[in-house]
Amino acid sequence: MNYIIPQSELKVVGTRPVRPDGVDKVTGRATFGADMTLAGMIWGKMLRSPHAHARIVAIDTSRALALPGVRAVVTAADFPDIASEEAFVGEGPMNFRDLSRNCLARDKVLYEGHAVAAVAAASQSVAEAALDLIDVTYEVLPHVIDVEAAMAAGAPILHEDMFTVGIEPKPTKPSNIAKRVAFAKGDAEAGFREADVIVEGRYTTQPVHQAYIEPHACLAQVAADGQAHIYSSTQGQFMVRAYCAKVLGWEIADIRSYPMEIGGGFGGKTLVYLEPVALALARKAGRPVKMVMTREEVFRASGPTSGAVIEVKIGARRDGSIVAAREVLKYQAGAFAGSPIGPGCMCGFAMYDLPNVDVVGYDVVSNRPKVAAYRAPGAPITSFAVESAMDDLARKLKIDPLALREMNGARDGSKTHYGVTHRDIGFLATLEAARSHPHYSAPLKPGQGRGVACGFWFNIGGESSGAVHVNEDGSISVVSGNPDIGGSRASMAMMAAEVLGVPIEHVRPIVGDTASIGFSHLTGGSRVTFATGMAVTQAAERVVDQLKQRAAQIWEIPAEAVEWKDGKAYPAGLNAGAFEPLSLAQIALKAGRTGGPISSEVTLNAQGAGPGFGCHICDVEVDSETGHVKILRYTAVQDVGKAIHPSYVEGQIQGGAAQGIGWALNEEYIYDKDGKMENAGFLDYRVPVASDLPLIEAVMVEVPNPRHPFGVRGVGEVPIVPPMAAVANAIRAATGLRMPDLPISPPKLRAALDAASGAKAA
Amino acid sequence: MSKHHVTTTINGEETEFLCETQETLLDVLRNTLNLTGSKEGCASGDCGACSVIADGTLVCSCLMLGVEAEGKTITTVEGIADGETLHPVQRQFLEHAALQCGFCTPGFIVATKALLDANPDPTEEEARYWLAGNLCRCTGYDKIIRAVMDAAAEMRGEARAA
Amino acid sequence: MPSLNYAAPTSVQEAVALLAGAAGLAKPMAGGTDLLVQLRSGRLKPELIVDTKQIPGMIGIREEAGGFVIGGATSGAMLEAHAALKAAWPGVVEAMDLIGSEQIQGRASLAGNLCNASPAADSVPAMIAAAAVAVIVGPKGERTVPVESIVVSPGRTSLARDEFILAIRLPPRPAHSGDAYLRFIPRTEMDIAVVGCGVNVTLDAAGVCTAARVSVGAVAPTPLLVAEAGAALVGHTLDEATLAKLDAAARAACKPISDKRGTIEYRIKVAGVLARRAAAIAFERAAGRVAKGH
Repeated sequence: MNYIIPQSELKVVGTRPVRPDGVDKVTGRATFGADMTLAGMIWGKMLRSPHAHARIVAIDTSRALALPGVRAVVTAADFPDIASEEAFVGEGPMNFRDLSRNCLARDKVLYEGHAVAAVAAASQSVAEAALDLIDVTYEVLPHVIDVEAAMAAGAPILHEDMFTVGIEPKPTKPSNIAKRVAFAKGDAEAGFREADVIVEGRYTTQPVHQAYIEPHACLAQVAADGQAHIYSSTQGQFMVRAYCAKVLGWEIADIRSYPMEIGGGFGGKTLVYLEPVALALARKAGRPVKMVMTREEVFRASGPTSGAVIEVKIGARRDGSIVAAREVLKYQAGAFAGSPIGPGCMCGFAMYDLPNVDVVGYDVVSNRPKVAAYRAPGAPITSFAVESAMDDLARKLKIDPLALREMNGARDGSKTHYGVTHRDIGFLATLEAARSHPHYSAPLKPGQGRGVACGFWFNIGGESSGAVHVNEDGSISVVSGNPDIGGSRASMAMMAAEVLGVPIEHVRPIVGDTASIGFSHLTGGSRVTFATGMAVTQAAERVVDQLKQRAAQIWEIPAEAVEWKDGKAYPAGLNAGAFEPLSLAQIALKAGRTGGPISSEVTLNAQGAGPGFGCHICDVEVDSETGHVKILRYTAVQDVGKAIHPSYVEGQIQGGAAQGIGWALNEEYIYDKDGKMENAGFLDYRVPVASDLPLIEAVMVEVPNPRHPFGVRGVGEVPIVPPMAAVANAIRAATGLRMPDLPISPPKLRAALDAASGAKAA
Repeated sequence: MSKHHVTTTINGEETEFLCETQETLLDVLRNTLNLTGSKEGCASGDCGACSVIADGTLVCSCLMLGVEAEGKTITTVEGIADGETLHPVQRQFLEHAALQCGFCTPGFIVATKALLDANPDPTEEEARYWLAGNLCRCTGYDKIIRAVMDAAAEMRGEARAA
Repeated sequence: MPSLNYAAPTSVQEAVALLAGAAGLAKPMAGGTDLLVQLRSGRLKPELIVDTKQIPGMIGIREEAGGFVIGGATSGAMLEAHAALKAAWPGVVEAMDLIGSEQIQGRASLAGNLCNASPAADSVPAMIAAAAVAVIVGPKGERTVPVESIVVSPGRTSLARDEFILAIRLPPRPAHSGDAYLRFIPRTEMDIAVVGCGVNVTLDAAGVCTAARVSVGAVAPTPLLVAEAGAALVGHTLDEATLAKLDAAARAACKPISDKRGTIEYRIKVAGVLARRAAAIAFERAAGRVAKGH
């Protein structure tokens, strides 16, 4: 069935009820990763490498094991040395061998903070003391931090067995370049020859951390027969189960994985760090083991997104039509291959209908923590470069920047340079909404500037399960397999309530563990409301079919003669017979006598996720003496398909914009000459605080995705794509300076202002 | 040294506990008293997720030793509601959808209550600066600030600000 | 494992005896907002913590001989709430208020900020500009030391291991006086100063500066009293030439390093900027006009 109908005909979807898990979260009752306790529980702690790159010569754990209170110590030797094997996890490629070696280093440590050994002990203080008693002998190796340095000839090589994939002939020497990828459409060279105007630029971005406020945490318990329970803060309980089984060499069925409430993830909790180690410790100790990262460990050892170098060139005719575009992208992967270079190569130009495009990308390892997915992985980096260049192009052509984008914007039928043809997209509608928003034409004062930038994300579908159970009293339980990271319980319950025709208060959503619901890919890629929502909607529809069939049975008429409306069964027309309507509760009460429990579980692999587009408008004021940038006003326009719970859709947009503002202005990793991170804490890794930001207006454009029953598109990824260029373009407008290097921190901006005034004076 | 024996009042109840010197009040709340509503996001006073009110003053429980709670009156997030009746701040956070993952929420609830106890009529700017020690990575603060302003208005007995 | 002891003495004598008698490292603790972070990170491994907050005089603000005596463990929140202190020394109170969050303000103190001995401590340049004096207690009794003589290098003070600061004294205020403290940070809150500058001036009836003290922070191993910058103001109103001299003097005093919070060039430039801006506020205040600080 299809519910893409006017809002006035919807009763639940599109309204703003209080979320079902809300009271627990404002009263402190919600149980997050570190909040679980089991009888007999002990504490695990990780020993981490002090070196950026070193060979592990020997590990002696005997002194630690001798410390009273220590129950177990594990190193990589306690794990199978598994072979290279690719796994797809929803937001990026993952190699199990690398994953295993990231959980506990084998042979070499590849970054400062790389886990080397773990201890379980009766108390946290004993576990910490035991870490000091593990003797690791290192042979320190030369290290490399920056992406272009890692690509250079003679750079220290991280993996002797890494040969660049994607170049012919196959290289014979190992390299830090894991992969070269290329996409082309038309003939870019020929296109540039037709151009009247060309803009070019070299842009750099720094790795930024997802900076979820909840550090990674888990609690593991293993029975004597090997059956295990793992409770963790994760974006995917099924991912935890599969990865732990792989890394430990166990059977998947031996592990039951429970998703606790998750204190933010943004992609950063789409893999495992602690869980396999906690399970190994629990098995060895014979006791439940809790492991919780410190904030410092989160920064040093869990994944940021890539830093990058991007070269971009765009050529256009005098009238503004773009004739050619080229991009070269070099993305840091961290210690193991697997940066989001693929999406990086696709997303920058995906918003535009371009005749000639040439994009080349490199996936590069260096002595940094392995990158993890972060909101629209890869897209914000490339879009910072492309959308900055588009702003320069608009200036050169003296065309309004939104008009330039409208002129070249992707529409239905536009074919991208990576081969996909856009269908039913809302980019032009988004641009139109931005252009007609009062913000876009509001006056500015001297010293202030306005910038705009756009962003794209594919959104994804994939495997999901959803179950709808009618309880004996007619109340409804909805079970899904996706951790609720930002209100998905509410959206699942709302879609089920809409289909069933019952008030939302009667529908209670549950996030099931791996034994309570069918397999579901993790919460990520903005897939849950789309894919899991589709499963829940279909399950609710099947429940409606059953309810109609039960009513038919009670009335002794054919099921086709029953109609379901507003939570009640009605005879369909006069021919069906004259019966009083039966409510859901009345049917539920008789379920035992009409065939048993009424419920349905749907498992599917959702296809047809509709891509999302955003356009952000940013006003800044620059303090030219200090280089400080104040965000004065911010408006984020986005095509959201259909907003199931508009408040949480707005929240995704506002949150993504705020993260992007942090990325633009202050967030970065700072390394010393030894490759050690100098700002591994919230004091000097500067995420935006409340006083840094204005209210962020989220404008929802609803162009429904016809391949979802309610028209849903993913909404969580797009909003982090435009902000960096929107801020940089606003700074360009305020100061006349193009700032190509992120973050645009005060010292950098003041230096650029001084250089510009010096140049002017000279 | 043996453990310290501490007698204190937490959320209106006289409470006794034993702790080592280096255990912070947050460690004691979470690991000894099972009051896990207060969260540890940084353990360095930078994120505010562990905010509690000690003798009327808003503090980070990660920056106070457990032993220092002796004789004090502590309010944690678990003590903000009046039984099953939510505090206006809690209700406004729910109505405004001022939370996504909910991890920073306890700290914001406690810090906002302390703000409105001290200043019943804050400007938006005052609210933002007061709450600058509470990090939220999900919301961009927009809905939080709106919830705070409406909670203030409600507590002053005014109609909704929005 | 060596265990960590804790004591909360109720007299100066008792506290001094505890500090002097400890075999290993003993640390006095006021608000603990720096100490507990260092403890947790393992940077500091003391054997004993001496909580000074139960000692009479450590918490509270009193007016004395026209000036103020601020107990060593008095929190920033208490300073902020003290109307008379705020009226007399708005720059000092603002400097304290800039340290960390509201939560930090509930615990952090002027004396603690001073004894942490960070070159970037916000309250210290403001106290130096104010000619504040630290009242130090130890086995030999009480001694008073100008605040600018307390910090000797990053993380180190001139206090002996068995001494601690009982109080900070702010001097009496002549008529037409005003102070201000400004710092630069990348965000609007929660950062450590990249540069800080405190200015304290007294004007005559015509608005001409008769006395001035200027101090800068985060631009040298310790917060500095910049005599030349103060001298640039004395005898002048706040005209462009005076501001330029002040700016130059503040910059000339800087001996910063480049680190994760800022570069040498940037720190020097911004020291001059902040000196000018803080002086403008201090002059406004001295002239009796309400000027907004940070």
